[in-house]
Amino acid sequence: MTEPIIKIDNLTKQYEDQVAVNQLSLSIKKGEIFGLLGPNGAGKTTTILMLLGLSEPTAGTVRVCGIDSTRNPIEVKRKVGYLPDDVGFYQNMTGLENLIYTARLNGLDSKEAEKRALYLLDKVKLIDAAHKKAGKYSRGMRQRLGLADVLIKNPEVIILDEPTLGIDPEGVRDFLQLIKQLNVEEKITVLLSSHHLHQVQQICDRVGIFVKGKLIAEGNMETLAQKLFLEDTFTIYVQCNPISEELKDAIKGLPNVNKVEINDDYMIIYCKEDVSPIISKTVIEKGASLYNIQRKNFGLDEIYHRYFEGRENDELQHH
Amino acid sequence: MNYNIIKDKVNHLFQFDKFESVSGIPSVFWTIVQKEFTDYIRSWRIIILLAIILLTCIGSLYTAITSIQDAIDQAAGDAEEIGRHSYLFLQLFTVSDGTLPSFITFVGFLGPLLGIALGFDAINSERNKGTLSRLMAQPIPRDFVITGKFIASLLLCAILFFSLGLLVTALGILILGIPPTLEEFLRILFFLFLCIVYIAFWLNLGILFSVIFKQAATSALSSIAIWLFFSIFYSMIINLFSKSYLNPNSLTTIEDALDRSTFILNLLRISPNYLFNESTTTLLSPTVRSLGPLTVEQTVGAVASPLPFSQSLLLIWPQLTGLIAATLICFAIAYIIFMRQEIRAH
Repeated sequence: MTEPIIKIDNLTKQYEDQVAVNQLSLSIKKGEIFGLLGPNGAGKTTTILMLLGLSEPTAGTVRVCGIDSTRNPIEVKRKVGYLPDDVGFYQNMTGLENLIYTARLNGLDSKEAEKRALYLLDKVKLIDAAHKKAGKYSRGMRQRLGLADVLIKNPEVIILDEPTLGIDPEGVRDFLQLIKQLNVEEKITVLLSSHHLHQVQQICDRVGIFVKGKLIAEGNMETLAQKLFLEDTFTIYVQCNPISEELKDAIKGLPNVNKVEINDDYMIIYCKEDVSPIISKTVIEKGASLYNIQRKNFGLDEIYHRYFEGRENDELQHH
Repeated sequence: MNYNIIKDKVNHLFQFDKFESVSGIPSVFWTIVQKEFTDYIRSWRIIILLAIILLTCIGSLYTAITSIQDAIDQAAGDAEEIGRHSYLFLQLFTVSDGTLPSFITFVGFLGPLLGIALGFDAINSERNKGTLSRLMAQPIPRDFVITGKFIASLLLCAILFFSLGLLVTALGILILGIPPTLEEFLRILFFLFLCIVYIAFWLNLGILFSVIFKQAATSALSSIAIWLFFSIFYSMIINLFSKSYLNPNSLTTIEDALDRSTFILNLLRISPNYLFNESTTTLLSPTVRSLGPLTVEQTVGAVASPLPFSQSLLLIWPQLTGLIAATLICFAIAYIIFMRQEIRAH
């Protein structure tokens, strides 16, 4: 087995009154695309900042490319490219100038810097806008320029914080394809954080779900689904009228049904097996008219949504 | 060894507009300074301020020259002789005919504004634009950012004030036809150095506020508020206080009166503006012999002549070190806070 390129051990970050990251352990192999998923404020950015040595951990160690990020952040930053969420550029400088500046900060001389900047601008399809002021770039262009900016140091690992935020769907698709392409062609390890799950789903080899500073599950899509939802493997969507208490109880009483959730004019039923025929029968028996019944497929969204829902309920009970 | 380091630094300094240093190793720090410097001279804010400073300087130079020429015309003797004796050249910077303030008044007024304008959004604008976290992800020590900005602004001030001062000197020579003596020239150079230190203080105050406050507007307004306080209200408050404190009825002995007036003077000296005014006046008017109250006894036997340069310098040494110390303290606080600050986009 090869040594993992990112190795996080029992990482903890404590702010005055709250724990942002709680005993996180994680390793990422070389050449992987790893997705860090979690709601806002879960501690994703804090973890990333600690990976880069920009924030000091309260406890635990972080090693990137075999280098301790806390002790030797500058060496780590030579090998790791970081694209912050809502990346900004110097607006009065052109895209090209911005890239050259970053290249020069990474120790390239002016000729190399310009060559590499132009090469990367071409790669992210911004070569036509190279001499445009960065202040005039659209959000999607800025994000692509950000990617070029990250790549200019020829990194082994790139860390992207919410890279798809605020880009239109077409832009997202292109952007993700670009990341995938980089991963395949240049063998760059990618760590990306997001709360846009289906986007991550498209390109990530492995995913970790991160909530309130804790990594609660990691693995690829299938294992994740199994791990989290051994019980509720099926979700059935039922639209009928009226939805009475009696009907709800009756469905709840059916075998293999774990949970029933009622919204305005539809309900969602979580169950161990596909019991849609029995459900439809029950609905009609209780005198309601059935408009629509369908089995939902699993997506990461679903996994995610259901996980958090369970958690919130748990918490409510605790209080 | 040391010599080599200095040589290297100097080389960097003079070649910083080229992309490579002499040794062939690109220096990341000077890359930052160069970029900040370019930013400043390209920004409208600074261009406008520079234009105002240039215009006021020309204006004050004009009034100074006309009043000096009048004085020369009235005095019948040899113009050069008069110039020698009355430090005519220095008066280019201090004299005014009342229509426009003199050069030092303008500098004392506009200098802080320039400093604040250079510093007030140094860090927080980077933070708000999201460039700070990107910058911090590059393999550079964190202090390069704040030090680079400071050095770039200081460099701008130094270039501006030395060129302005030397320009005024040159025009003075051309128009008046009197060359400055070496002593006068040294006084002018030192005065320019003093201006830069004074501006550096306000610059660092601006940088400090830019580290503390997240909004550029808040930091600009706070800096300007402090500047207004010290340049207008502080002396008013001290005057108000001194009226009752130095009331002749409450004074008993001469010592008491002296102590009290020294106390008031020291209170005034808390203000950097006052320190600056005291030092520039002493430097440019050699006839100023003391900055505190003098008793008749002390003045008895004193030779009634202007102070030599070294003595003037000695007189303002505490003021100068005080100003430098205030500048460094501001920078140190800003530096420490910045080094400990969390780097977040928002």
